Amino acid sequence: MSRQTQKNVESKNKVSCDLFTLTYGSLVAQLIKDYDTTEDVNKQLDRMGYNIGLRLVEDFLAKTNSSRCHDMKETADKIQSAFKMYLGISPSVANWSAANDEFSLLIDSNPLTEYVELPDHMSQLKYSNILPGVIRGALEMVQIEVQVWFVQDCLKGDSTTELRIKFIRKLEDALPAGED
Amino acid sequence: ELLAQNSDNDSKELCVSRLEHIGYNTGYRFVEKATKEWQRFKDELDVMKFICKEFWSTVFKKQIDNLRTNHMGIYVLLDNRFRFITQMSNSKQYVDQMPKYLAFTCGLIRGALSNLGLNSIVTAEIVLPPSCRFQIQIQRQQ
Repeated sequence: MSRQTQKNVESKNKVSCDLFTLTYGSLVAQLIKDYDTTEDVNKQLDRMGYNIGLRLVEDFLAKTNSSRCHDMKETADKIQSAFKMYLGISPSVANWSAANDEFSLLIDSNPLTEYVELPDHMSQLKYSNILPGVIRGALEMVQIEVQVWFVQDCLKGDSTTELRIKFIRKLEDALPAGED
Repeated sequence: ELLAQNSDNDSKELCVSRLEHIGYNTGYRFVEKATKEWQRFKDELDVMKFICKEFWSTVFKKQIDNLRTNHMGIYVLLDNRFRFITQMSNSKQYVDQMPKYLAFTCGLIRGALSNLGLNSIVTAEIVLPPSCRFQIQIQRQQ
């Protein structure tokens, strides 16, 4: 018994990663049941991600002491470290556009999809669609508007998972309500 | 966070039962992986001890503070600092919001027990935030 307990302590992080993966899986399963079209499920996941991102960025800033980003390269670095922090993976940043306003995150092992197989009739489902939402929400809170979408997805037979992030514009400080 | 997300849009009862269901599915699968290297549990109490110690530690990073049973299939688990609500309030202020945050966990326990061969009904109540009490009632086969 003590051996097992020992082992449990060591793999504590790994285990809660299982829990995370499974919880996310159950959530997606529930959404599929609740909504009629896969399109709606994708939309819902994105919306949830967005709401999480809005809050998560605060946690991230508090924990990392990071300062304002001056260009998208820095932003990409930060996103990379956030992935390390919250999901325990380090995606690589690649495929910069000429104007440096668009790049890809390549994720080899997506923890969200660890035990997942997509059945054929679910080919439209963007299983990890919560991630683009999180990134969009988080960046919006630091006044960067981006567009995020999946280019490739391991679950759909691609060799890697690729998230494309495109800078749209810098958000200006909003006027207080009723002053315009 | 997911909890808060999901409870935004629906009528209260529906969303609580959904959360419970999500918890159930998660608990059911999770416990299968978590107990892979365990020996068979001796009896019901052994299973409960597992839930209170290992299971609770992996999910909430702490053990259950108090386990009681009437030896008739009712178990009461007391957690003095329940993690999902520690950030909310230490007073009664948000007490009417809190059941939503417990539903997932009820399902989690029920799913875990069900995969370990015990059918149960799990309910939760807040004693005084952030402490709360889960009551597990084992359903015996007739």
